[in-house]
Amino acid sequence: MAFGVSANRSLASRGPSPGFRFALYAIMSVTLMFLDQRGEWLRDVRYVLQGAAYPIQLAVSSPSAAWRWMSESVQTRDSLRAENEQLRTRQRQLEIRTQRYDALARENAELRGLRDALPPVADKWLVAEVVTIQPNSLRQSVLLNRGTRNGVFKSQAVLDDLGLIGQTTHVGPWSAEVILITDPEHAVPVEIERTGLRTIAVGTGTGLALPYLPANADVKTDDLLITSGLGGVFPQGYPVARVTGIQREAVQPLAQVRAQPLARLDRVREVMLVWFRPEHPAAPGSTTGADLKAGDAKAQPQVAPPKLKPTAPSSGPESETPKPGATPGGSPAKPASGMPASGGTPAKPSGAAAPSNGAPRPSGAAAPNNSAPKPRGAPGPGNTVPAPTEPSTPPSSPPSTPSAPSATSPDRTSSNAGVQR
Amino acid sequence: MNREPRGWMIFSALVALFLSVLPLPHWLEVVRPAFLVLAVLYFSITAPRAGGIGLGFFAGLAIDIFQGSVLGQHALALALVTYIVVREHQIIRSKPALQQSLIVFFALLAYEFVSFAIDGWTGHPITNPLRWVHTLTGALIWPLVIALLERGHSPR
Repeated sequence: MAFGVSANRSLASRGPSPGFRFALYAIMSVTLMFLDQRGEWLRDVRYVLQGAAYPIQLAVSSPSAAWRWMSESVQTRDSLRAENEQLRTRQRQLEIRTQRYDALARENAELRGLRDALPPVADKWLVAEVVTIQPNSLRQSVLLNRGTRNGVFKSQAVLDDLGLIGQTTHVGPWSAEVILITDPEHAVPVEIERTGLRTIAVGTGTGLALPYLPANADVKTDDLLITSGLGGVFPQGYPVARVTGIQREAVQPLAQVRAQPLARLDRVREVMLVWFRPEHPAAPGSTTGADLKAGDAKAQPQVAPPKLKPTAPSSGPESETPKPGATPGGSPAKPASGMPASGGTPAKPSGAAAPSNGAPRPSGAAAPNNSAPKPRGAPGPGNTVPAPTEPSTPPSSPPSTPSAPSATSPDRTSSNAGVQR
Repeated sequence: MNREPRGWMIFSALVALFLSVLPLPHWLEVVRPAFLVLAVLYFSITAPRAGGIGLGFFAGLAIDIFQGSVLGQHALALALVTYIVVREHQIIRSKPALQQSLIVFFALLAYEFVSFAIDGWTGHPITNPLRWVHTLTGALIWPLVIALLERGHSPR
């Protein structure tokens, strides 16, 4: 102890005591944490810091990048030719498949009674390179070499040629952090392609799990999981994972289903950032990229409440228009379904969504018209039938299309759909 | 010791930061010691006036930025550990290397525990036990850290 005291004294001669300094820094840290968690006040600071950190991150990853460049540039002519040939074959295959796809899309459009075939849901693509895997191995995230300067926004979908990769969380000026779908904090709304059964795929660190499927759900090994279009981040119909194992126990109400992502998340080097046409039926929910860019981008769910405001008045008259009622329904469903989100936000938005739903709810509870979905414990497994939208939205105007995917969302929507009656 | 080894301190802190953000294969990443924390601990023990708690705070902030964690999380954890170590630096300094390793182990545990607790409070807990592995490897390479960092200046 005598040592400690003397140390204090010698330090005190040079300014405030260590205890005082520590208190100062502790208060600073706590304030920072508070500001970073609550509200968006630190967003700009973070943005600048991320920009400042980018050169270092680039420098740190440069050895491996240089190595890759070297090994690529010393490839022999033969191997390049072989690769070229291979790529050409692959391209031909893809073109053939695309032709078929065009025909299918047209047929689908006719079946839907739309006049023209729709343009592809993806509006714009941007190839991005993975700069580094985030140093903290316990979180599954990577850093891309594209940022707001390239138009990247928060909660943007990231894909590669095989399947879904994840979504952006922090976007800096030249770089963006992407949380992978296998991160334990990430959840993707998916549907089983074979049956159309909707559920949520949660990351487990190494793969994906479907924790909300009832034991009697129709799932088989090797089933393909595709994005369901709910949740407002990912568009409908992109492949996510393949079911690898199912455990059903008689005593457990829920099945334990594991899935392996299709994308090579562990050694991905190049990914695609995607912009979607917000008016396309398969586009992610009611939230568009534009919203996110403008909105307080802390997390996807936070965008939902502001989105509600404009639509709520229109449903306020709550007379005819089933449409507006259905549209806001999509957005609250997101937070409820525990969409990824960075930070502790999920709890907040769902709370925020509740009051905005509050007004309509009484009448909604009165008329559970097309509530195919199950109650609410299990967000996903609800409605197997994507049908509910169609009946509830009678032969209506074109503007209905954007709301279509969101209207099929699990539980919240049904209560909202009830409002219409 | 009359001159504070500030230049050396900043240089080694930067090198340690590089080492701790260097992309590594997964299994190596788990056992990678927190180099920056070790460097900060070293300078808190041998030259508490050069950096002290401020060094701990800013090093922690850098970790926050690079790991994308809540700003202030590692800053608080590292400032706390630095404070304790700076207070007791004369006692720690007089111990043999092996005992210092033990002390460093507990310091790293405290550091990781604070950041663990903050993870929990901010709503994304990482309960993976692998997060504690680096405290052990950090304590193991402590003698090496001393040997390396002593070359840059003349402690005591």
